[in-house]
Amino acid sequence: MRRTPISLSAAALAAALTAAGCGASEDDPDTITVVYQDYGTFHAADTLFRKVKEEFEAAHPEATVELRPIEAPAEDYQTQVNLMNGSPAEAPDVIYEDTFTINQDVEAGYLAPIDDYWAAWPDAEQYHARADAAVTALDGHRYGVMLGTDTRGLWYNADLLERAGVAVPWEPATWDEVLEAARAVKEEFGAEVTPLNVYAGTPAGEMASMQGFQMLLSGTGDTLYDEDAREWRTGTPGFLASLEFVRAVYAEGLALDPRDALNPAVGTLNNEERIPAGELAISLEGSWATQSWIESANQPWPEWADTMRFAPMPTREGQDPGATSMSGGWSLALGSASTNPDLAWEVMAHALNRENATLFAVEGAQIPLRDDVASSEEFQAADPTPDAAADLVDVTHFRPAYGDYPRVSLAIQQAMEAVMLGDATPEEAAAAYADEVAGVVGPDNVREG
Amino acid sequence: MAAVTAGGPRAAALRLLPLAPAVLLLLAFFAGPIVWTVWASFTNAALTGAAAADTRFVGFANFARLLADPAFLDATVLTAVFLLASGVVGQTALGLVLALLARHRSAPVRGAVTVVVVGAWVVPEVVAGFVWVAFLEREGTLNALLGAVGAAPQNWLYTAPMLAVVLANVWKGTAFSMMTYAAGLAEVPTDLEEAARVDGAGRLQVLWHVVLPLLRRTLATTLLLVTLQTVQVFTLIYVMTAGGPGGRTTTLPLLMYQEALRFGDLGYGTAVALALLVVAGLFSAVYIRALRPEEVR
Repeated sequence: MRRTPISLSAAALAAALTAAGCGASEDDPDTITVVYQDYGTFHAADTLFRKVKEEFEAAHPEATVELRPIEAPAEDYQTQVNLMNGSPAEAPDVIYEDTFTINQDVEAGYLAPIDDYWAAWPDAEQYHARADAAVTALDGHRYGVMLGTDTRGLWYNADLLERAGVAVPWEPATWDEVLEAARAVKEEFGAEVTPLNVYAGTPAGEMASMQGFQMLLSGTGDTLYDEDAREWRTGTPGFLASLEFVRAVYAEGLALDPRDALNPAVGTLNNEERIPAGELAISLEGSWATQSWIESANQPWPEWADTMRFAPMPTREGQDPGATSMSGGWSLALGSASTNPDLAWEVMAHALNRENATLFAVEGAQIPLRDDVASSEEFQAADPTPDAAADLVDVTHFRPAYGDYPRVSLAIQQAMEAVMLGDATPEEAAAAYADEVAGVVGPDNVREG
Repeated sequence: MAAVTAGGPRAAALRLLPLAPAVLLLLAFFAGPIVWTVWASFTNAALTGAAAADTRFVGFANFARLLADPAFLDATVLTAVFLLASGVVGQTALGLVLALLARHRSAPVRGAVTVVVVGAWVVPEVVAGFVWVAFLEREGTLNALLGAVGAAPQNWLYTAPMLAVVLANVWKGTAFSMMTYAAGLAEVPTDLEEAARVDGAGRLQVLWHVVLPLLRRTLATTLLLVTLQTVQVFTLIYVMTAGGPGGRTTTLPLLMYQEALRFGDLGYGTAVALALLVVAGLFSAVYIRALRPEEVR
């Protein structure tokens, strides 16, 4: 009998450990868990959901909105959300979801369709039709509501370009004109100013692939994936030309030193330090770059509007339509494991209402998808996105949203890295990429040349 | 002893009952993950996508892919280089040298050396990683020192990434082997050394013919433990270089992380984990054979 207390306490400990491991609080139907990214220069989602929590809990005293900000770059954020989704007790109710990953997550069974809520939602008619395709999965159902979209192009410091003898407003019509301007900056300022930033290499991750490489490739007429033939493309002239551009930028010393470009925090350092300090003249960057400079940023730079201008990225030879862009966009999605989807939708709808959508578009420097937001005076007055960037939605491109894409994207980053380090010529890197892609998607799904 | 036989199997079972919670915990948190890892490596388990909803058995497909994957072969070679350079040559040899040098020194000297070396060992891995990043990066301490004598600054994590992580791991891990050797050396009887010296042996001869053979067991154990620790170093490398630049420091644990978590391919990632186990096992087998005492051979 003397041993009983010990075994009892051991059993109690085991039970406690098990309970702790499973996070027992998740089953409360009045608690809505919201998971979102809060990282680097991006704090708009955090600002938005803090406001939503306060307002929603005041209006619904019985409800609790539990915020789960995740401080990680996009790739790691998705991993963490996937891990949460893998365990029903941990799965969030509302997910800040890259529209790009909706198909994968629908196939995994992590998301619930919202067609019925959408049909009954009076605000739905405000949404631009453009926003529908991105949140509709291959099964034809709607799985999210887009918060905003973006474009990419050339941010430049008008002051530096002017002093280097480049006519401002700068409107480069070809890749060569971009390089010429960068060379002029190098000539004028030497090592003091980095002429042109093009993200490259694996540490920059998806930034290198999307803001860097695909901004080039989409201006050559070639693509990564042929939607009609449903096959990946390798060995195209456009792929080689894009790598050639990367080589020129890095080999001529127009870009950041490779050791700085290979810093995983290069994006934050560029936008929070190098650009405000006037150490970077031109940056191939997202339309949202202003989120690093506005008042609520980590290091506000209110004077940005005096010097920073936006120019569309030209196509290679200036061929139609003259400019190119890549777009993405984030949405709010409903988790399939939610114990109270009706309440979860109410939280989503509140976060998406006109006032909050305006807040998010301003804070996150997003291009809004609600017509009533885009046309409101309130938004227009505070809109940090240049019109030139917003207009690019007409010529923009999207990434191929298939399960193999993350690996293909890594192969692109590796090809860029090999070229920027001088480890491989553009031809060698393109050949290595072709092999890699054939290995990833299977030789039958690739067309070479 | 009589009590056990007198009570019979029922009493014995009753006595084992208190162990049950511990055994259950071990099964759940120790054996469970291992079994799961082996199982997952034969499936297409994934973090997201169709395979996450409908995980299927794929036989040896992950292992076939592993052997054909150049990234895996590179990572295996880099793991071996990292292990030999930082584990065997660095930690083990340096630890032995430090232990030998500190032997027969006065207590304050020994104490000072121990504090410095063990200090590095106590530091958490993430902190150690950041310390080395601060030391080696372009605006770091090393360049400031080299700049004082006129050398051009460079980012050592970029120009010599493998050397950088090897140095960091040696710095971090030497204390462990030093302490085990110091303990082993304390057991070496001084009269044997004295006898050898009387017979005319020099200091190196005494070391080679008397001290080291007596240390062999300690040597084998330390090498084994250091190897197992070194092949699984993840945090230090991840913090310092994240496997880069250009995959030049992607050892097997980093490859495993990349496959399983960055690409969400749990099946393939766990196959890499099992391969890591094989690499560690091979090295361990080599030490155990090489350092087995003669009488057993």
